[in-house]
Amino acid sequence: MTQRMKKSSLDDLITLLWREGFTVFGPVPANEGCSFQEIRRASEIPVGIRDEQEAGRYRLVAGVAGEIFGVTNGAGSLKPFFFAPEETLLEVQRAPRGFQAREVKPAARRAAFLGVRACDLAAVAMQDRIFLQDRFRDTHYEARRADAFFVAVDCTHPAATCFCASMGTGPRAESGFDLALTELEDGFIVRRGSERGEAIAAKLELQPADASDIEEAAKNCAAEMKRRMDTSDLPRLLYDEVENPRWDDVAARCLSCTNCTMVCPTCFCHSVADDQEIEGNMSRRIRRWDSCFSLEHARIHGMNFRQKIRERYRQWLTHKLASWMDQFGASGCVGCGRCITWCPAGIDVTEEVAAIRAGAAKGPA
Amino acid sequence: MTPYAMHTARITARRTETEGIYTFTLRFVDPDVGRAYRFTAGQFNMLYAFGVGEVPISIVSDPAEPAMLEHTIRVAGRVTTVMGGWKVGDVVGIRGPYGKGWPVEKARGRDMVIVTGGLGCAPVVGLINYIFRRRAEYGDLHILHGVKTPNDLLYRDRFDQWRRAPRTKVYLTADQPDKSWRYRIGVVTELFDELTTPPASMVMMCGPEVMMRYAARSLLSKGIAAEDIYVSLERRMECAVGLCGHCQHREHFVCKDGPVFSYTDVKELFGHSL
Repeated sequence: MTQRMKKSSLDDLITLLWREGFTVFGPVPANEGCSFQEIRRASEIPVGIRDEQEAGRYRLVAGVAGEIFGVTNGAGSLKPFFFAPEETLLEVQRAPRGFQAREVKPAARRAAFLGVRACDLAAVAMQDRIFLQDRFRDTHYEARRADAFFVAVDCTHPAATCFCASMGTGPRAESGFDLALTELEDGFIVRRGSERGEAIAAKLELQPADASDIEEAAKNCAAEMKRRMDTSDLPRLLYDEVENPRWDDVAARCLSCTNCTMVCPTCFCHSVADDQEIEGNMSRRIRRWDSCFSLEHARIHGMNFRQKIRERYRQWLTHKLASWMDQFGASGCVGCGRCITWCPAGIDVTEEVAAIRAGAAKGPA
Repeated sequence: MTPYAMHTARITARRTETEGIYTFTLRFVDPDVGRAYRFTAGQFNMLYAFGVGEVPISIVSDPAEPAMLEHTIRVAGRVTTVMGGWKVGDVVGIRGPYGKGWPVEKARGRDMVIVTGGLGCAPVVGLINYIFRRRAEYGDLHILHGVKTPNDLLYRDRFDQWRRAPRTKVYLTADQPDKSWRYRIGVVTELFDELTTPPASMVMMCGPEVMMRYAARSLLSKGIAAEDIYVSLERRMECAVGLCGHCQHREHFVCKDGPVFSYTDVKELFGHSL
């Protein structure tokens, strides 16, 4: 059953989600960027704005009149909502005989996200695999993630840095959502992805979609994507190409600033450190996002396994596109293009992979 | 138990191995935790000094007596410096055990070659102790250890003790010897010239990766199967449960897939920093 929803009904959807007990977050273009912010009504999402993205460049520009979800994505993915950039894991209190360690549990929050792109849904599914489906379940991630509700928005136009079609994650949301919207000129096509989504949709005022709506919604913007990545046999290529000269080339441009890993929706490295209060009676174990680009990342006493930027860039790319598949069964890259846009040096992963492939010792694979 | 729960343990004994290296015996404060605690040879715990931090330390005591946990700590960095000052009666934090240990079951009944290099290698000391407590269950034991200078030879007494044990040979070498050095001169890999062991032997190694890479080559050329060679790797670890990413070694997380690996799983990676 394909149904359409009037643009004015978006407000009803938001109100409904609040009534169901969700805190609703939507993509709010502001402050020269775009991020998921708490919203209570649709009008808080500025209309008629698009983003202009290129390697090392992000601008919000005038878009198409009446278009609500014109901005593809901003620097912020959903990652910080489930995997907090900084959080306390343990509180350790000095006691008369020694000390006592107490686990700190995050308060569970029911959050609904409106306007989630297919790439970011794929990233959430990947982070679920990392934090929940391994030998150790991360209780903190689990508490934040448990009740999340996703309203996806299919991408009808790509940013210039997008390459989700190459990674098989988009541009149309195929799984992981409760509801999915495709924005048309004068409405939305609504798809249901779960029983919870079905229950919400049942309370919305929807109309049957006609043939022209369905045709309009079926337009796939994959063909418009400027960037692509050839993923054929990529793990083997990168494992074999540890000495490819391109690593030196990219290391000369990479600032090792960690931006790419911070904006990446799947990167999961974090530090675990103990911060003691100044009186010395309480110490907290804090987890913070870390990056394989930081100098300390692979340092042990008397040895740093990745001293040079060349080694750190190679580690990041090889992990993301190769060893990630061995570890978690799929590529760590969802093709969102954030690492390209937010790299101050404009380094483009798609270009780096192509160059490594072209310069491969065994010839192009 | 969640991955982050930490228990407390009391130091019941402290022994100085040499200047800057101490072995501590720990007993869980909560007897129920102590009774439930089990580990295998080659696994490690995360030890915590209040307010300072946590480090991965391998267990050197015997898995048959899990209530008598022993850890040897070498004072090296910020956290271990504090740990070096631990006294009997002090309360410390502990979580674990983590990782995969030595394949001691696979090695049962076979001749063993144990190779170490550099400064005291706790994972191997625990392994040797394990074998000595079950001496009849294992074949001949060859212990090869290489140091840079004679001063780096820790546990000199232990090597002498092991040397006197039946069916045990100890091979020592120093790269830069002094007049007091009574053993071989050269790098550890040269010791393999002296080694006479049947190809069916099992090999377990710990030390600098370059050393292990060359050692593996020598052993392979002696007919030892790649599947019978095991190595213990060292990487930065902060969570110990395969989530923080620091110990990543290409497709492996050293904390949960290791620290002991089959040589066949990591042979392509020696010398690389992926």
